[in-house]
Amino acid sequence: MVTIVNYGLGNLGSIVNMLKKIGVPNILTSDPADVVAAERLILPGVGHFDKGMSLLHERGLMDALNEAVLRRGVPVMGICLGMQLLLEGSEEGKLPGLGWIKGWVHRFPNMQDEDGKPLKIPHMGWTDTYPVAGKRLFERWDEDETRFYFVHSFHAVCDDPADVAATAHYGIDFTASVEHGHISGCQFHPEKSHRYGMKLLTHVYRQEATA
Amino acid sequence: MSTAKKQLPRVIPCLLLKGHGLTKSVQFKDFKYVGDAVNACRIFNEKEVDELMFLDIDASRENKKPRIEFIKEIAGELFMPLGYGGGVTTTQEADLLFAGGVEKVSINTAAYTNPQLITDIANHYGSQSAIVTVDVRKPLIGGYKLYSNGGQVPQKVSLLDHLRRMEDAGAGEFVINSIDQDGKMSGFDLKLITLVSEAVSVPVVALGGAGNKQHIFDAVQAGASAVAAGSMFVFHGKHRAVLITYPGRRELKDLFGIV
Repeated sequence: MVTIVNYGLGNLGSIVNMLKKIGVPNILTSDPADVVAAERLILPGVGHFDKGMSLLHERGLMDALNEAVLRRGVPVMGICLGMQLLLEGSEEGKLPGLGWIKGWVHRFPNMQDEDGKPLKIPHMGWTDTYPVAGKRLFERWDEDETRFYFVHSFHAVCDDPADVAATAHYGIDFTASVEHGHISGCQFHPEKSHRYGMKLLTHVYRQEATA
Repeated sequence: MSTAKKQLPRVIPCLLLKGHGLTKSVQFKDFKYVGDAVNACRIFNEKEVDELMFLDIDASRENKKPRIEFIKEIAGELFMPLGYGGGVTTTQEADLLFAGGVEKVSINTAAYTNPQLITDIANHYGSQSAIVTVDVRKPLIGGYKLYSNGGQVPQKVSLLDHLRRMEDAGAGEFVINSIDQDGKMSGFDLKLITLVSEAVSVPVVALGGAGNKQHIFDAVQAGASAVAAGSMFVFHGKHRAVLITYPGRRELKDLFGIV
């Protein structure tokens, strides 16, 4: 059973649809008791970093998340803002993040493409993504070309390069996915990324189910 | 400032819903039945399109509510970003659409009277989920004119004033739909695209007029961040036989000179 943490930010319908499609039972909850007892967690979310953190605090989810992930070792995957919240903080806000992964979230600098046109922020669209060898998320990943759907203005920078699970390029090379033991995250939206996302989620949840 | 590899723009089939079917117009009239919506979606899903956009023309023209259950049925099988527009006037309707798996809600008619709706959606779901679509006509004399209610009701506000107001309200993307070019497949109104993309800072999606890949390229050169099209992806040949097509990723990379 995958527990999707609903703390009131973002669109969770497509995550539910995708998990249903690949046959992974899931519940959507905002109840800290469900989070504490979870077998696996997804921390979704879009929007402002501080808003995400404040909502986690207000809804009493901070302790529940820490208890589940740090003490019980429940596997967690952050998606989009949910991934950024795994880090220690963000240039977008003032509040500390969950701090489970060492590093900071930075805003994309002003950039232009080869033709001298400014790159629009947010980075929105399908971008080729390069999994890092040896990471659990992309274990036995046999795609020649991998692409995912991204929508974001900020990107994570891990203190330890070993926590980077995939990279992509938008003006600069940036971290598309993080993984530190049982804690992982995707800046992209696997739930909206066709067979690539379906493959990733199938792989993660079938693997964890049999582990 | 760093320079970077070019980005492949999003290429978005834009489908018009009428009843349970799809239809396609020329200049917002002369509707032609294209096929069953659910079936067409399945084909677009298999072709791994970047994004899909649905506009319910019954809802926008006749002030009907969004058909939430029908949209949910479609969204449940689609694993790419899905945009929906047509008849959305309240945040409750937007909530139901998002919960059903829609990624972006497009506001057109309601945006003229209720910009707060855009703000509410952007605050809750992120501005990337709050699209404002404008239907634009170029009269023989004078500047561009805006129309609401599916192209039927002229609006007084000027194009750029409206877009700036919507950007302030929190719109994360604009779909600029040329009524004159709709269904013509003779190319986008490139002046319109450049005018708008230079005036706003959020992504601009060009809609209305695409007939071939060169048109897509031209729209991006003119300033569009993404390109949407209807006829190009559902009709084939001069007799407009219905055939769903979509350019492959390699084809698009070659078009934009991306290795």
